[in-house]
Amino acid sequence: MSEAMRTAPTKPNRGYGRWTPLWFLAPAVLTLFLIGIYPTLFALVTSFRRYNITRPREGFPFVGFENYIGVLTDSTFWSSLFLTAKFYVTVLPIQVVLGLIIALLLHKPGMGFLKSLARVTLVVPLATTYAVVGLIGRLIFNRDFGVANQFLGFAGFGPVDWLSTPGGAFAAIVIMDVWQWTPFCALLFLAGLSMVPGEIEEAARLETSSKLALLRHVQLPYLLPGLTAIMILRSADVLKLFDMVFVMTRGGPGSATDLISIYIQRVGFRIFDLGTASAQAILLLIITIIISRLYIRLLYREV
Amino acid sequence: MRGKLLHAIGLAAIVVFTLFPFLWMVMASFKTQADILASPPVWFFTPTLQNYVDIFADTKVSGSILNSLIVATLSTLLSVTLATPAAFALARYDFRGKSDLWFWFISNRMTSPIVLALPVYLLAMYMNLLDTHLVLILIYLTFNIPIVVWIVTDQFKSIPPELEQAARLDGADQFTIFRKIYLPLGAPGIAVSAIFSFIFSWNELLYALVLTRRNVQTAPVVATSFMSGYELPWGKIMATGTVIVLPVTIFALIVSRHMVRGLTMGATK
Repeated sequence: MSEAMRTAPTKPNRGYGRWTPLWFLAPAVLTLFLIGIYPTLFALVTSFRRYNITRPREGFPFVGFENYIGVLTDSTFWSSLFLTAKFYVTVLPIQVVLGLIIALLLHKPGMGFLKSLARVTLVVPLATTYAVVGLIGRLIFNRDFGVANQFLGFAGFGPVDWLSTPGGAFAAIVIMDVWQWTPFCALLFLAGLSMVPGEIEEAARLETSSKLALLRHVQLPYLLPGLTAIMILRSADVLKLFDMVFVMTRGGPGSATDLISIYIQRVGFRIFDLGTASAQAILLLIITIIISRLYIRLLYREV
Repeated sequence: MRGKLLHAIGLAAIVVFTLFPFLWMVMASFKTQADILASPPVWFFTPTLQNYVDIFADTKVSGSILNSLIVATLSTLLSVTLATPAAFALARYDFRGKSDLWFWFISNRMTSPIVLALPVYLLAMYMNLLDTHLVLILIYLTFNIPIVVWIVTDQFKSIPPELEQAARLDGADQFTIFRKIYLPLGAPGIAVSAIFSFIFSWNELLYALVLTRRNVQTAPVVATSFMSGYELPWGKIMATGTVIVLPVTIFALIVSRHMVRGLTMGATK
């Protein structure tokens, strides 16, 4: 800021004009435009072309909606989306129920030290690098020396060939996802529980000794925004889920854990059919935009 | 009394549940290959530091950690520089298109990286940017800028407007107010958002996998690459995993109070 500008109080509106916000916004918006919007438009164009970079001689001709028709009639694409949905409806109830139990335990008065310890450790799974969660999964669910089979043995069950059977691999990625994301649900519910006014909760505790009644009539309304956030964010996260599953199973065995992001990655970077992969990515983006709209509509009141 | 005991058991179970997989990895990183391959798994063993000696002698691992450090640090600095002015505008002005802007930031948080990985791969290939730090630093801004904008806007909104009015009477313009009042007073929020950017950049795998080859592989990519081959070096893999996770875990503990805000883009407080 030059001295000349600073000593010019004659124009009181300087710096408060209509365009002032623009100057502050421009750096971030222009950057996101260059690295976000421009590539997305490039993907949109690519999705209308035949674009296999292993066969550059054929060129990259425009083929209209050929890629989209190909994707929408591709049963693998649909079964991958279906598998992603199945994964979502499997992990979500487990995470919500476990998360709620954890939140209630942490909300209950008493046990100061142990409670703070438990509260702090919840952050650990959330911060663990997703790829490393996959590495841990490979170790824990190893058929020969994995600790998961040792636990099964303690419970009187025989060993399971986790990662090379379809059911076992699906269960293994579900368990790792539950481990990583249950704390997220717990923290959201805990935030909701702490919003219940103290007097109301005290009064209700005097009225009834039933924990379930307390939960249903007093605490539930405060938990609902958190639950909505969990349902929407988890759905976006499951559509994004790549790292952990890629490291643990690469989508296999067969297509047992071939979630949508894994599948598109394979079409794009193993088969190098970037036209088809771009069409799939654009369809995925459309689903994501709908989810984001929902999130804004339901959870943001101030914008 | 019974209730108290159950409460204690429940809380202890939470600690075991959240820490066990993590500790199991750390334990394995101190085991010899023979101890790791033991069936059934051994819980008590003589710890060895050999795996750590091995990975720090391995230039591929140490180089990848350096790469991760460069990419995560520079992307964080850049996103803070670009996003704090935007946060100021969002906190202090009303303008047309504000809610559309929010929507755009939120969708960036939701979008699968594979959507951008495909076109960015092609664009980087044509511009000879594959396997450079720059392409990763830039692409990480797509999730770092929104997170910084959100957290810092929230922080800026909590700064009392009287301070600003007083400065205005002294003839300060908006740029001075931003620099002299908002940046210093917003520093805690800026720090928290920087830590989040660092964690997200450090943890990222898909972009790094697709956009790098030999020179700029980040730590998660190298840790993952150990997973192919016949005899897996489990001890080294788990030591690498521990080295990757440890710094971000410490960072996450520092910002644990803000974890929910960071992960939900502040929809719930």
